Amino acid sequence: MSWKLFELLVQASLYTVLISFISITIGLAIGMVVSAAALSPSRALSVPGRTFVSFFRGVPLLVQLLLIYNLLPALGLNVPSVVAAITGLSLCTAAYQAENLRGGFQSVPRGLLEAADMAGLSAFQQFRRIRAPIALRLAFPSLVNEAIMILKASSLVSVVGIVELTRMAQDLAASTYRPIELFSAAGLLYLIINWLIASGGSLFERSFRWGRP
Amino acid sequence: MTTPAISVKGLIKRFGEAEVLHGIDLDIPQGQVTCLIGPSGSGKSTLLRCMAFLEEATDGLIFINGEPLGFAPGPQGKPVRLPAARIRAVRSQIGMVFQQFNLWPHMTALGNVSEALKTVHGVRKNEAEERAMIQLKKVGLAERAGHYPSQLSGGQQQRVAIARALALEPKIMLFDEPTSSLDPELTGEVLNVMRSLAADGMTMVVVSHEIGFAAAVCQQIAFLDHGKLLMTGTPQQIFGKPRHPRLDQFLDTYLDRGAAMLV
Ligand SMILES: Nc1ncnc2c1ncn2[C@@H]1O[C@H](COP(=O)(O)OP(=O)(O)OP(=O)(O)O)[C@@H](O)[C@H]1O
Ligand SMILES: [Mg+2]
Repeated sequence: MSWKLFELLVQASLYTVLISFISITIGLAIGMVVSAAALSPSRALSVPGRTFVSFFRGVPLLVQLLLIYNLLPALGLNVPSVVAAITGLSLCTAAYQAENLRGGFQSVPRGLLEAADMAGLSAFQQFRRIRAPIALRLAFPSLVNEAIMILKASSLVSVVGIVELTRMAQDLAASTYRPIELFSAAGLLYLIINWLIASGGSLFERSFRWGRP
Repeated sequence: MTTPAISVKGLIKRFGEAEVLHGIDLDIPQGQVTCLIGPSGSGKSTLLRCMAFLEEATDGLIFINGEPLGFAPGPQGKPVRLPAARIRAVRSQIGMVFQQFNLWPHMTALGNVSEALKTVHGVRKNEAEERAMIQLKKVGLAERAGHYPSQLSGGQQQRVAIARALALEPKIMLFDEPTSSLDPELTGEVLNVMRSLAADGMTMVVVSHEIGFAAAVCQQIAFLDHGKLLMTGTPQQIFGKPRHPRLDQFLDTYLDRGAAMLV
């Protein structure tokens, strides 16, 4: 395979990384709010929170992407298709991250919050200083897992016309008639990126200098 | 007669159907150490947790230095719940030390002790950490300030927990079996900190199975059995003869009888 082809694949993989990174970050922020809502004692918050999770986990990502891609213009929002792609990926990963974080929140021992009560922290201060940081650390391994899932799932955004790594490999394979080489190279690039995410994740995890509560 | 530090009036606590406290009346005098003793399941922790409003009473009232905590007497005698900010304000007079320490694992010892000063009281980081260091020195852990809870022994963690409570300058300290999850050789260091706190005149309520400590340090002992306060009095009154038969049985079953004899 020529160097030129490989360079095109690498460029497309950077696009894959960029779209995934933005989606995972937005998804984490939304996931945090959704899991807090799902765990809230108030039904007005917990029902929407849980509904969000069931919907975005229950509907295939491909269907979500096509729906959002067609829905946004129908609502009068003429946005570039990359926005539709990121919206779809973000909402989908938000649902999974919310579930992971919910597990994290539920594993925060009650006693730590009673100590916070006694120290005078308000409910919001407890969320910000105790519950969220501990839940994030507890959920961290599954969040890394989710990042890897999203990076792979980002190949689906080609259906809304984004030329990311998989789509680039497809296009190049069609024009050069060398599918095996191109898809092998694409696979290798996915593998390298995910290996980087996984090792970055465990490096970061080891820097949490604390035992499990 | 001065206002009691804590006044428990007609406290009833039910968990679902089960009533675990059947109408407790108890005053905790200022500047004294009160020990709550009694068999396992008699309701000692529940009573202590009600005093801190970590547990809501089913009926009855708790007063901290004369101010109602959690519920106030209502117009028709029915207690009315106070707002959260009011609860925090009254509760700020109380520090609590738990059996399981409950240190925040993602913060260092210094972080644990300075957290509320920074977050709740808006004290600047430098000053909060200076004040936290004073408390850590007091419990003999200044050199461990940068350690995380997982890097400390149980006795050290419990002393950090005591420092964390003291940093907020409470008027009353509550202890729920502070040494019972520690190895025997580590209980001494925690009891010593508590002894010096008592000597400084801190009002303390201690749930403990350390009968020797109770006899030596407490001015008042309350014996709880099956959710009822069977008796309160000085160590001499409680442990001296003649002894209440239930107490005798309790000392036989649970405790080092010899320690009580020494009184
Ligand atoms: N959250 C709860 N829900 C239901 N029952 C409870 C709860 N907490 C305590 N109880 C029950 O209340 C009773 C008193 O419990 P408590 O923990 O106050 O006893 P204790 O005197 O502190 O015992 P120990 O010496 O074993 O700590 C027990 O029968 C216990 O099972
Ligand atoms: Mg107990």
